[in-house]
Amino acid sequence: MSTARDGGSVSAAAGRKRSPTLIVGLILVGIHVAVALLTLVWTPYEPSDTSGSRLEAPSWEHPAGTDRLGRDLLTQIMIGSRIALAVGSGAIGIGALIGVTFGLLAAFATRLLDDALAALLDILIAFPTLLLAMLVVAAQGGASLGSAVLALGIAISAIVARLTRIVSKRVLSQDYITASRTSGTSWPAVVFRHVLPNIWPTLVVNFALQFGLAVIAEASLSYLGLGTPPPNASWGRLLLEAQGTVLTAPVGAIAPGIALVMLVLGMNFVADGLRDVGDPTRRRTR
Amino acid sequence: MSALLSVQSLTVRTGALELVSKVSFEIEPGARMGLIGESGSGKSMTALAVMGLLPARVHSSGSVLLDGKEVVGAPERTLVPLRGNAAAVVFQEPLTALDPLMKVGRQVAEPLIRRARRNGEKLARREVRREVRRLFEEVSLPEPDRVSHSYPHQLSGGQRQRVALAMALSCRPKLLIADEPTTALDVTIQAEILGLLDRLVRDHGMALLFIGHDLPVVASVVDQMTVLRQGVAVEQGPVGQILREPRHAYTQELVDAARTFDAALEGSA
Repeated sequence: MSTARDGGSVSAAAGRKRSPTLIVGLILVGIHVAVALLTLVWTPYEPSDTSGSRLEAPSWEHPAGTDRLGRDLLTQIMIGSRIALAVGSGAIGIGALIGVTFGLLAAFATRLLDDALAALLDILIAFPTLLLAMLVVAAQGGASLGSAVLALGIAISAIVARLTRIVSKRVLSQDYITASRTSGTSWPAVVFRHVLPNIWPTLVVNFALQFGLAVIAEASLSYLGLGTPPPNASWGRLLLEAQGTVLTAPVGAIAPGIALVMLVLGMNFVADGLRDVGDPTRRRTR
Repeated sequence: MSALLSVQSLTVRTGALELVSKVSFEIEPGARMGLIGESGSGKSMTALAVMGLLPARVHSSGSVLLDGKEVVGAPERTLVPLRGNAAAVVFQEPLTALDPLMKVGRQVAEPLIRRARRNGEKLARREVRREVRRLFEEVSLPEPDRVSHSYPHQLSGGQRQRVALAMALSCRPKLLIADEPTTALDVTIQAEILGLLDRLVRDHGMALLFIGHDLPVVASVVDQMTVLRQGVAVEQGPVGQILREPRHAYTQELVDAARTFDAALEGSA
Protein backbone atom coordinates (compact mmCIF):
# COMPACT_ATOMS: atom_id res chain seq x y z
CA MET A 1 0.00 0.00 0.00
CA SER A 2 2.89 2.31 0.68
CA THR A 3 3.97 2.08 -2.92
CA ALA A 4 0.53 3.04 -4.16
CA ARG A 5 0.71 6.12 -1.94
CA ASP A 6 4.17 6.98 -3.25
CA GLY A 7 2.78 6.73 -6.75
CA GLY A 8 0.08 9.21 -5.88
CA SER A 9 2.41 11.82 -4.43
CA VAL A 10 4.88 11.65 -7.29
CA SER A 11 2.11 12.05 -9.84
CA ALA A 12 0.71 14.98 -7.86
CA ALA A 13 4.16 16.62 -7.83
CA ALA A 14 4.33 16.22 -11.58
CA GLY A 15 1.51 18.77 -11.84
CA ARG A 16 0.18 19.34 -15.33
CA LYS A 17 1.74 16.23 -16.79
CA ARG A 18 -0.78 13.36 -16.99
CA SER A 19 0.09 9.82 -17.88
CA PRO A 20 -2.85 7.63 -18.95
CA THR A 21 -0.77 4.55 -18.11
CA LEU A 22 -0.26 5.82 -14.59
CA ILE A 23 -3.96 6.54 -14.15
CA VAL A 24 -5.04 3.08 -15.37
CA GLY A 25 -2.39 1.54 -13.14
CA LEU A 26 -3.51 3.51 -10.10
CA ILE A 27 -7.13 2.49 -10.77
CA LEU A 28 -6.24 -1.20 -11.00
CA VAL A 29 -4.14 -1.02 -7.82
CA GLY A 30 -6.74 1.21 -6.19
CA ILE A 31 -9.47 -1.41 -6.70
CA HIS A 32 -7.33 -3.94 -4.86
CA VAL A 33 -6.56 -1.50 -2.07
CA ALA A 34 -10.26 -0.71 -1.70
CA VAL A 35 -11.21 -4.40 -1.68
CA ALA A 36 -8.45 -5.18 0.82
CA LEU A 37 -9.68 -2.44 3.14
CA LEU A 38 -13.26 -3.62 2.71
CA THR A 39 -12.37 -7.15 3.84
CA LEU A 40 -11.30 -5.73 7.18
CA VAL A 41 -14.93 -4.87 7.93
CA TRP A 42 -17.04 -6.93 5.53
CA THR A 43 -16.85 -9.99 3.31
CA PRO A 44 -19.75 -11.63 1.42
CA TYR A 45 -19.40 -14.75 3.64
CA GLU A 46 -17.30 -15.71 6.61
CA PRO A 47 -13.98 -17.01 5.21
CA SER A 48 -14.44 -20.31 7.06
CA ASP A 49 -18.13 -20.64 6.21
CA THR A 50 -18.47 -24.02 4.48
CA SER A 51 -22.25 -23.92 4.20
CA GLY A 52 -22.28 -23.76 0.36
CA SER A 53 -22.26 -26.90 -1.71
CA ARG A 54 -18.89 -27.97 -3.05
CA LEU A 55 -17.41 -26.72 -6.30
CA GLU A 56 -20.50 -24.77 -7.16
CA ALA A 57 -20.57 -22.89 -10.46
CA PRO A 58 -20.87 -19.07 -10.32
CA SER A 59 -24.33 -17.93 -9.23
CA TRP A 60 -25.99 -14.92 -7.66
CA GLU A 61 -25.25 -16.35 -4.20
CA HIS A 62 -21.63 -17.15 -5.06
CA PRO A 63 -20.46 -14.88 -7.95
CA ALA A 64 -17.17 -16.80 -8.29
CA GLY A 65 -18.55 -20.18 -7.21
CA THR A 66 -17.33 -22.21 -4.24
CA ASP A 67 -14.22 -24.26 -3.56
CA ARG A 68 -14.04 -27.98 -2.82
CA LEU A 69 -14.90 -27.33 0.84
CA GLY A 70 -17.93 -25.26 -0.12
CA ARG A 71 -16.39 -21.91 0.86
CA ASP A 72 -17.29 -18.78 -1.13
CA LEU A 73 -14.48 -18.14 -3.63
CA LEU A 74 -15.12 -14.41 -3.99
CA THR A 75 -14.53 -14.04 -0.25
CA GLN A 76 -11.30 -16.00 -0.55
CA ILE A 77 -10.10 -13.90 -3.48
CA MET A 78 -10.94 -10.65 -1.68
CA ILE A 79 -8.96 -11.72 1.34
CA GLY A 80 -6.22 -12.80 -1.06
CA SER A 81 -6.05 -9.15 -2.17
CA ARG A 82 -5.26 -8.14 1.38
CA ILE A 83 -2.58 -10.82 1.68
CA ALA A 84 -1.03 -9.91 -1.68
CA LEU A 85 -0.85 -6.20 -0.81
CA ALA A 86 0.54 -6.96 2.65
CA VAL A 87 3.21 -9.23 1.17
CA GLY A 88 4.10 -6.72 -1.54
CA SER A 89 4.32 -3.78 0.87
CA GLY A 90 6.24 -5.76 3.47
CA ALA A 91 8.70 -7.18 0.97
CA ILE A 92 9.26 -3.77 -0.66
CA GLY A 93 9.62 -2.15 2.76
CA ILE A 94 12.31 -4.61 3.85
CA GLY A 95 13.94 -4.57 0.42
CA ALA A 96 14.03 -0.76 0.26
CA LEU A 97 15.39 -0.31 3.76
CA ILE A 98 18.19 -2.87 3.45
CA GLY A 99 18.80 -2.32 -0.26
CA VAL A 100 19.10 1.47 -0.26
CA THR A 101 21.31 1.42 2.85
CA PHE A 102 23.75 -1.11 1.44
CA GLY A 103 23.64 0.39 -2.05
CA LEU A 104 24.64 3.80 -0.66
CA LEU A 105 27.32 2.21 1.52
CA ALA A 106 28.81 0.49 -1.53
CA ALA A 107 28.71 3.73 -3.54
CA PHE A 108 30.69 5.53 -0.84
CA ALA A 109 32.94 2.63 0.17
CA THR A 110 36.59 2.25 -0.67
CA ARG A 111 37.23 0.34 -3.85
CA LEU A 112 38.02 -2.91 -2.04
CA LEU A 113 34.86 -2.87 0.06
CA ASP A 114 32.80 -1.79 -2.94
CA ASP A 115 34.08 -4.72 -5.00
CA ALA A 116 33.34 -7.11 -2.12
CA LEU A 117 29.80 -5.76 -1.73
CA ALA A 118 29.19 -5.89 -5.48
CA ALA A 119 30.29 -9.53 -5.60
CA LEU A 120 28.09 -10.35 -2.61
CA LEU A 121 25.10 -8.73 -4.35
CA ASP A 122 25.74 -10.69 -7.53
CA ILE A 123 25.77 -13.92 -5.51
CA LEU A 124 22.55 -12.95 -3.71
CA ILE A 125 20.84 -12.09 -6.99
CA ALA A 126 21.96 -15.38 -8.54
CA PHE A 127 20.67 -17.26 -5.48
CA PRO A 128 17.23 -18.71 -6.32
CA THR A 129 14.46 -16.99 -4.35
CA LEU A 130 12.83 -20.40 -3.95
CA LEU A 131 15.87 -21.80 -2.17
CA LEU A 132 16.11 -18.67 -0.06
CA ALA A 133 12.44 -19.04 0.90
CA MET A 134 13.02 -22.70 1.87
CA LEU A 135 15.95 -21.66 4.07
CA VAL A 136 13.90 -18.94 5.76
CA VAL A 137 11.01 -21.35 6.33
CA ALA A 138 13.43 -23.88 7.79
CA ALA A 139 15.02 -21.24 10.02
CA GLN A 140 11.63 -20.05 11.25
CA GLY A 141 10.36 -23.57 11.81
CA GLY A 142 7.42 -23.38 9.42
CA ALA A 143 5.85 -21.53 6.56
CA SER A 144 4.05 -18.33 7.44
CA LEU A 145 3.11 -15.00 5.94
CA GLY A 146 6.18 -13.56 7.68
CA SER A 147 8.59 -16.09 6.22
CA ALA A 148 7.40 -15.34 2.67
CA VAL A 149 7.70 -11.58 3.26
CA LEU A 150 11.17 -11.95 4.75
CA ALA A 151 12.46 -14.20 1.96
CA LEU A 152 11.08 -11.90 -0.74
CA GLY A 153 12.36 -8.83 1.11
CA ILE A 154 15.89 -10.22 1.19
CA ALA A 155 15.73 -11.15 -2.48
CA ILE A 156 14.43 -7.67 -3.40
CA SER A 157 17.01 -5.91 -1.22
CA ALA A 158 19.83 -7.38 -3.31
CA ILE A 159 18.27 -6.04 -6.51
CA VAL A 160 17.53 -2.65 -4.93
CA ALA A 161 21.07 -2.43 -3.48
CA ARG A 162 22.63 -3.08 -6.86
CA LEU A 163 20.45 -0.47 -8.54
CA THR A 164 21.06 2.06 -5.74
CA ARG A 165 24.80 1.52 -6.00
CA ILE A 166 24.88 2.12 -9.74
CA VAL A 167 22.55 5.13 -9.76
CA SER A 168 24.24 6.74 -6.75
CA LYS A 169 27.64 6.43 -8.37
CA ARG A 170 26.32 8.16 -11.44
CA VAL A 171 24.87 10.97 -9.33
CA LEU A 172 28.07 11.27 -7.27
CA SER A 173 30.12 11.82 -10.41
CA GLN A 174 27.97 14.82 -11.42
CA ASP A 175 29.29 18.39 -11.32
CA TYR A 176 26.60 19.58 -8.93
CA ILE A 177 27.93 17.26 -6.25
CA THR A 178 31.41 18.79 -6.59
CA ALA A 179 29.85 22.26 -6.78
CA SER A 180 27.84 21.64 -3.62
CA ARG A 181 30.90 20.29 -1.83
CA THR A 182 32.93 23.39 -2.75
CA SER A 183 30.42 25.39 -0.72
CA GLY A 184 31.13 23.22 2.32
CA THR A 185 28.40 20.54 2.16
CA SER A 186 29.42 17.51 4.22
CA TRP A 187 28.99 13.94 2.96
CA PRO A 188 25.88 13.12 5.04
CA ALA A 189 24.25 16.33 3.79
CA VAL A 190 25.23 15.47 0.20
CA VAL A 191 23.45 12.11 0.58
CA PHE A 192 20.22 13.55 1.94
CA ARG A 193 20.04 16.79 -0.11
CA HIS A 194 21.35 15.60 -3.45
CA VAL A 195 21.87 11.84 -3.81
CA LEU A 196 18.58 10.50 -2.40
CA PRO A 197 16.31 13.01 -4.20
CA ASN A 198 18.12 12.32 -7.47
CA ILE A 199 18.02 8.53 -7.27
CA TRP A 200 14.47 8.45 -5.85
CA PRO A 201 12.54 8.60 -9.17
CA THR A 202 14.51 5.61 -10.48
CA LEU A 203 14.03 3.71 -7.23
CA VAL A 204 10.27 4.33 -7.04
CA VAL A 205 9.79 2.95 -10.55
CA ASN A 206 11.78 -0.10 -9.56
CA PHE A 207 9.80 -0.53 -6.32
CA ALA A 208 6.56 -0.60 -8.31
CA LEU A 209 7.98 -3.25 -10.65
CA GLN A 210 9.34 -5.31 -7.76
CA PHE A 211 5.99 -5.04 -5.98
CA GLY A 212 4.32 -6.79 -8.90
CA LEU A 213 7.02 -9.44 -9.03
CA ALA A 214 6.77 -9.97 -5.26
CA VAL A 215 3.02 -10.62 -5.58
CA ILE A 216 3.68 -13.23 -8.26
CA ALA A 217 6.51 -14.74 -6.22
CA GLU A 218 4.31 -14.98 -3.14
CA ALA A 219 1.66 -16.75 -5.20
CA SER A 220 4.34 -19.18 -6.41
CA LEU A 221 5.65 -19.75 -2.88
CA SER A 222 2.12 -20.34 -1.58
CA TYR A 223 1.41 -22.65 -4.49
CA LEU A 224 4.42 -24.69 -3.39
CA GLY A 225 3.34 -24.57 0.22
CA LEU A 226 6.16 -22.22 1.27
CA GLY A 227 3.99 -19.16 1.71
CA THR A 228 0.80 -18.25 3.45
CA PRO A 229 -0.59 -21.29 5.30
CA PRO A 230 -4.34 -22.01 5.63
CA PRO A 231 -6.79 -20.66 6.64
CA ASN A 232 -5.44 -17.39 5.14
CA ALA A 233 -6.39 -17.30 1.50
CA SER A 234 -3.46 -16.49 -0.74
CA TRP A 235 -4.10 -16.45 -4.48
CA GLY A 236 -1.28 -18.93 -4.93
CA ARG A 237 -2.91 -21.35 -2.49
CA LEU A 238 -6.27 -20.92 -4.19
CA LEU A 239 -4.58 -21.88 -7.45
CA LEU A 240 -2.97 -24.89 -5.77
CA GLU A 241 -6.34 -26.03 -4.39
CA ALA A 242 -8.04 -25.51 -7.75
CA GLN A 243 -5.42 -27.57 -9.56
CA GLY A 244 -7.07 -30.95 -9.07
CA THR A 245 -10.45 -29.72 -10.28
CA VAL A 246 -9.34 -27.31 -12.98
CA LEU A 247 -11.12 -29.30 -15.72
CA THR A 248 -14.41 -29.70 -13.88
CA ALA A 249 -14.52 -26.30 -12.12
CA PRO A 250 -12.24 -23.94 -14.06
CA VAL A 251 -13.54 -20.83 -12.29
CA GLY A 252 -11.57 -21.81 -9.19
CA ALA A 253 -8.34 -21.26 -11.13
CA ILE A 254 -9.46 -18.50 -13.45
CA ALA A 255 -10.88 -16.11 -10.82
CA PRO A 256 -7.80 -15.84 -8.56
CA GLY A 257 -5.71 -15.73 -11.74
CA ILE A 258 -7.59 -12.68 -12.95
CA ALA A 259 -7.18 -10.96 -9.58
CA LEU A 260 -3.45 -11.66 -9.63
CA VAL A 261 -3.00 -10.41 -13.19
CA MET A 262 -5.01 -7.25 -12.43
CA LEU A 263 -2.79 -6.29 -9.49
CA VAL A 264 0.52 -7.14 -11.16
CA LEU A 265 -0.48 -5.40 -14.39
CA GLY A 266 -1.64 -2.42 -12.33
CA MET A 267 1.71 -2.17 -10.56
CA ASN A 268 3.57 -2.47 -13.87
CA PHE A 269 1.44 0.32 -15.33
CA VAL A 270 2.18 2.43 -12.28
CA ALA A 271 5.89 1.78 -12.79
CA ASP A 272 5.71 2.74 -16.46
CA GLY A 273 3.58 5.78 -15.71
CA LEU A 274 5.97 6.98 -13.02
CA ARG A 275 8.81 6.61 -15.48
CA ASP A 276 6.87 8.83 -17.89
CA VAL A 277 6.13 11.63 -15.44
CA GLY A 278 9.50 11.02 -13.82
CA ASP A 279 11.53 14.02 -12.77
CA PRO A 280 10.83 17.72 -13.36
CA THR A 281 13.52 17.99 -16.04
CA ARG A 282 11.54 15.65 -18.29
CA ARG A 283 8.29 17.55 -17.89
CA ARG A 284 9.48 20.34 -20.13
CA THR A 285 9.87 18.22 -23.23
CA ARG A 286 6.53 16.50 -23.06
CA MET B 1 50.84 40.45 4.90
CA SER B 2 50.41 36.70 4.56
CA ALA B 3 48.91 35.27 1.41
CA LEU B 4 45.28 34.08 1.37
CA LEU B 5 46.24 31.24 -0.93
CA SER B 6 49.77 29.95 -1.18
CA VAL B 7 50.45 27.11 -3.61
CA GLN B 8 53.98 25.72 -3.37
CA SER B 9 55.31 23.17 -5.89
CA LEU B 10 51.88 21.56 -6.21
CA THR B 11 52.01 18.31 -8.14
CA VAL B 12 48.87 16.42 -9.11
CA ARG B 13 49.15 12.95 -10.54
CA THR B 14 46.99 9.98 -11.41
CA GLY B 15 48.99 6.79 -11.54
CA ALA B 16 52.21 7.57 -13.38
CA LEU B 17 50.69 10.53 -15.23
CA GLU B 18 51.56 14.01 -13.96
CA LEU B 19 48.64 16.39 -14.56
CA VAL B 20 50.19 19.35 -12.74
CA SER B 21 53.95 19.62 -12.12
CA LYS B 22 55.43 21.74 -9.35
CA VAL B 23 53.16 24.74 -9.82
CA SER B 24 53.63 27.60 -7.36
CA PHE B 25 51.72 30.87 -6.98
CA GLU B 26 50.35 33.11 -4.26
CA ILE B 27 47.22 35.20 -3.98
CA GLU B 28 47.07 38.03 -1.43
CA PRO B 29 43.72 39.00 0.07
CA GLY B 30 41.81 41.02 -2.52
CA ALA B 31 44.27 40.20 -5.34
CA ARG B 32 43.30 38.77 -8.73
CA MET B 33 45.21 35.95 -10.35
CA GLY B 34 44.52 34.45 -13.75
CA LEU B 35 45.36 30.85 -14.59
CA ILE B 36 45.52 30.42 -18.34
CA GLY B 37 46.21 27.44 -20.55
CA GLU B 38 44.64 25.13 -23.12
CA SER B 39 42.39 22.23 -22.14
CA GLY B 40 44.31 19.47 -20.42
CA SER B 41 46.90 21.93 -19.13
CA GLY B 42 45.89 21.21 -15.52
CA LYS B 43 43.98 24.43 -14.76
CA SER B 44 40.86 22.80 -13.36
CA MET B 45 42.88 20.15 -11.52
CA THR B 46 44.76 22.96 -9.79
CA ALA B 47 41.46 24.53 -8.73
CA LEU B 48 40.11 21.22 -7.40
CA ALA B 49 43.40 20.59 -5.57
CA VAL B 50 43.05 23.99 -3.87
CA MET B 51 39.61 22.91 -2.57
CA GLY B 52 40.85 19.44 -1.61
CA LEU B 53 38.27 17.97 -4.02
CA LEU B 54 40.38 15.89 -6.39
CA PRO B 55 38.59 12.85 -7.83
CA ALA B 56 39.37 9.41 -6.40
CA ARG B 57 42.69 8.02 -7.63
CA VAL B 58 44.04 11.51 -8.35
CA HIS B 59 46.59 12.55 -5.74
CA SER B 60 48.34 15.80 -4.92
CA SER B 61 51.64 16.56 -3.26
CA GLY B 62 53.44 19.77 -2.40
CA SER B 63 51.67 22.39 -0.34
CA VAL B 64 48.44 24.36 -0.61
CA LEU B 65 47.89 26.82 2.23
CA LEU B 66 44.34 28.15 2.03
CA ASP B 67 43.57 30.82 4.63
CA GLY B 68 46.51 29.52 6.68
CA LYS B 69 45.40 25.85 6.62
CA GLU B 70 47.21 23.07 4.79
CA VAL B 71 44.86 21.44 2.25
CA VAL B 72 47.11 18.73 0.77
CA GLY B 73 46.56 15.53 2.73
CA ALA B 74 44.08 17.17 5.10
CA PRO B 75 41.17 15.07 6.40
CA GLU B 76 37.58 15.81 5.34
CA ARG B 77 36.65 17.30 8.73
CA THR B 78 39.31 20.02 8.30
CA LEU B 79 38.29 20.69 4.71
CA VAL B 80 34.50 20.90 5.09
CA PRO B 81 34.52 24.06 7.27
CA LEU B 82 37.21 25.58 5.03
CA ARG B 83 35.20 25.11 1.83
CA GLY B 84 32.81 27.95 1.20
CA ASN B 85 34.27 30.10 3.99
CA ALA B 86 37.81 30.42 2.68
CA ALA B 87 37.02 29.84 -0.97
CA ALA B 88 34.01 29.16 -3.19
CA VAL B 89 33.93 28.03 -6.81
CA VAL B 90 31.91 28.97 -9.88
CA PHE B 91 32.06 26.31 -12.57
CA GLN B 92 32.06 26.34 -16.34
CA GLU B 93 28.74 24.69 -17.07
CA PRO B 94 26.04 26.08 -14.78
CA LEU B 95 23.43 23.55 -15.91
CA THR B 96 25.40 20.60 -14.60
CA ALA B 97 26.73 22.52 -11.59
CA LEU B 98 23.20 22.99 -10.20
CA ASP B 99 21.15 20.12 -8.78
CA PRO B 100 18.45 19.45 -11.42
CA LEU B 101 15.85 18.41 -8.84
CA MET B 102 16.26 21.26 -6.36
CA LYS B 103 14.72 24.70 -6.81
CA VAL B 104 17.50 27.22 -7.25
CA GLY B 105 16.33 29.39 -4.33
CA ARG B 106 16.85 26.42 -2.04
CA GLN B 107 20.30 25.76 -3.51
CA VAL B 108 21.36 29.31 -2.71
CA ALA B 109 19.75 29.09 0.74
CA GLU B 110 21.62 25.93 1.79
CA PRO B 111 25.03 27.60 2.35
CA LEU B 112 23.31 30.50 4.16
CA ILE B 113 21.59 28.17 6.61
CA ARG B 114 24.77 26.16 7.07
CA ARG B 115 26.89 29.22 7.80
CA ALA B 116 24.35 30.48 10.33
CA ARG B 117 24.28 27.09 12.03
CA ARG B 118 28.06 26.96 12.27
CA ASN B 119 28.01 30.38 13.88
CA GLY B 120 25.49 29.04 16.37
CA GLU B 121 22.58 31.12 15.02
CA LYS B 122 19.28 30.00 13.62
CA LEU B 123 17.83 31.79 10.64
CA ALA B 124 14.06 32.16 10.41
CA ARG B 125 12.57 31.05 7.11
CA ARG B 126 11.62 34.64 6.33
CA GLU B 127 15.18 35.88 6.86
CA VAL B 128 16.53 33.14 4.58
CA ARG B 129 14.04 34.12 1.87
CA ARG B 130 14.94 37.78 2.20
CA GLU B 131 18.67 37.03 2.01
CA VAL B 132 18.22 34.82 -1.08
CA ARG B 133 16.19 37.59 -2.69
CA ARG B 134 18.92 40.13 -1.87
CA LEU B 135 21.60 37.86 -3.39
CA PHE B 136 19.53 37.38 -6.55
CA GLU B 137 19.14 41.15 -6.84
CA GLU B 138 22.87 41.56 -6.32
CA VAL B 139 23.63 39.30 -9.28
CA SER B 140 21.00 41.23 -11.31
CA LEU B 141 18.53 38.40 -11.78
CA PRO B 142 15.18 39.63 -13.04
CA GLU B 143 12.09 38.58 -11.05
CA PRO B 144 14.03 37.10 -8.12
CA ASP B 145 10.89 35.56 -6.64
CA ARG B 146 10.01 33.65 -9.78
CA VAL B 147 13.62 32.54 -10.33
CA SER B 148 13.80 31.37 -6.74
CA HIS B 149 11.00 28.88 -7.37
CA SER B 150 12.41 27.62 -10.68
CA TYR B 151 14.34 24.49 -11.41
CA PRO B 152 17.70 24.97 -13.19
CA HIS B 153 16.36 23.72 -16.53
CA GLN B 154 13.71 26.44 -16.52
CA LEU B 155 16.37 29.19 -16.60
CA SER B 156 18.58 30.46 -19.40
CA GLY B 157 22.33 29.83 -19.42
CA GLY B 158 23.12 33.37 -18.29
CA GLN B 159 20.53 33.21 -15.51
CA ARG B 160 21.91 29.89 -14.34
CA GLN B 161 25.43 31.32 -14.13
CA ARG B 162 24.07 34.24 -12.10
CA VAL B 163 22.44 31.74 -9.76
CA ALA B 164 25.79 29.93 -9.46
CA LEU B 165 27.44 33.25 -8.62
CA ALA B 166 24.75 33.96 -5.99
CA MET B 167 25.42 30.50 -4.55
CA ALA B 168 29.14 31.22 -4.28
CA LEU B 169 28.43 34.66 -2.77
CA SER B 170 26.08 33.18 -0.19
CA CYS B 171 29.14 31.46 1.33
CA ARG B 172 30.83 34.88 1.77
CA PRO B 173 34.18 33.46 0.66
CA LYS B 174 37.50 35.29 0.96
CA LEU B 175 38.59 33.80 -2.36
CA LEU B 176 36.37 33.24 -5.38
CA ILE B 177 37.59 30.61 -7.82
CA ALA B 178 36.01 31.04 -11.25
CA ASP B 179 36.69 28.00 -13.43
CA GLU B 180 35.96 29.10 -17.02
CA PRO B 181 32.76 30.80 -15.85
CA THR B 182 31.92 32.26 -19.25
CA THR B 183 33.08 29.54 -21.64
CA ALA B 184 29.64 27.90 -21.93
CA LEU B 185 27.89 31.23 -22.60
CA ASP B 186 27.45 33.20 -25.80
CA VAL B 187 29.51 36.34 -26.32
CA THR B 188 27.08 39.05 -25.17
CA ILE B 189 26.14 37.11 -22.02
CA GLN B 190 29.85 36.45 -21.50
CA ALA B 191 30.58 40.20 -21.34
CA GLU B 192 27.70 40.72 -18.87
CA ILE B 193 28.85 37.93 -16.57
CA LEU B 194 32.47 39.19 -16.68
CA GLY B 195 31.29 42.69 -15.75
CA LEU B 196 29.19 41.26 -12.93
CA LEU B 197 32.05 39.13 -11.66
CA ASP B 198 34.37 42.13 -11.72
CA ARG B 199 31.86 44.23 -9.73
CA LEU B 200 31.12 41.52 -7.16
CA VAL B 201 34.81 40.83 -6.48
CA ARG B 202 35.40 44.56 -6.00
CA ASP B 203 32.30 45.17 -3.83
CA HIS B 204 33.02 42.26 -1.50
CA GLY B 205 36.80 42.71 -1.40
CA MET B 206 37.22 39.07 -2.45
CA ALA B 207 40.37 37.67 -3.96
CA LEU B 208 39.87 36.05 -7.38
CA LEU B 209 41.40 33.06 -9.05
CA PHE B 210 40.15 33.20 -12.62
CA ILE B 211 40.73 30.15 -14.79
CA GLY B 212 40.38 30.38 -18.56
CA HIS B 213 41.79 29.53 -21.94
CA ASP B 214 40.96 32.80 -23.69
CA LEU B 215 43.78 35.31 -23.13
CA PRO B 216 41.79 38.54 -23.72
CA VAL B 217 38.99 37.35 -21.39
CA VAL B 218 41.37 36.41 -18.59
CA ALA B 219 43.46 39.55 -19.05
CA SER B 220 40.37 41.75 -18.75
CA VAL B 221 39.59 40.73 -15.14
CA VAL B 222 42.92 39.93 -13.44
CA ASP B 223 46.14 41.70 -12.46
CA GLN B 224 48.52 38.76 -12.23
CA MET B 225 48.70 35.82 -14.55
CA THR B 226 50.13 32.31 -14.53
CA VAL B 227 50.45 30.54 -17.89
CA LEU B 228 50.11 26.76 -17.65
CA ARG B 229 51.20 24.36 -20.34
CA GLN B 230 50.98 20.60 -19.94
CA GLY B 231 50.87 21.02 -16.17
CA VAL B 232 53.92 23.30 -15.97
CA ALA B 233 53.79 27.01 -15.14
CA VAL B 234 55.78 28.46 -18.04
CA GLU B 235 55.32 32.12 -17.23
CA GLN B 236 54.12 34.25 -14.35
CA GLY B 237 53.78 37.97 -13.75
CA PRO B 238 51.64 41.09 -14.06
CA VAL B 239 49.16 40.98 -16.97
CA GLY B 240 50.53 44.11 -18.70
CA GLN B 241 54.06 42.82 -18.72
CA ILE B 242 53.07 39.39 -20.04
CA LEU B 243 51.02 40.92 -22.86
CA ARG B 244 53.76 43.39 -23.81
CA GLU B 245 56.80 41.17 -23.60
CA PRO B 246 55.95 37.48 -23.34
CA ARG B 247 59.12 35.61 -22.47
CA HIS B 248 58.03 32.05 -23.22
CA ALA B 249 57.35 30.89 -26.78
CA TYR B 250 53.95 29.44 -25.76
CA THR B 251 52.81 32.73 -24.22
CA GLN B 252 53.97 34.48 -27.41
CA GLU B 253 51.73 32.10 -29.39
CA LEU B 254 48.74 32.92 -27.19
CA VAL B 255 49.33 36.67 -27.55
CA ASP B 256 49.78 36.36 -31.31
CA ALA B 257 46.64 34.26 -31.62
CA ALA B 258 44.65 36.92 -29.76
CA ARG B 259 46.15 39.68 -31.96
CA THR B 260 45.41 37.78 -35.19
CA PHE B 261 41.84 37.24 -34.06
CA ASP B 262 41.45 40.94 -33.24
CA ALA B 263 42.95 41.92 -36.60
CA ALA B 264 40.65 39.54 -38.42
CA LEU B 265 37.64 41.02 -36.65
CA GLU B 266 38.71 44.57 -37.51
CA GLY B 267 39.50 43.58 -41.10
CA SER B 268 36.01 42.16 -41.63
CA ALA B 269 34.31 45.15 -40.01
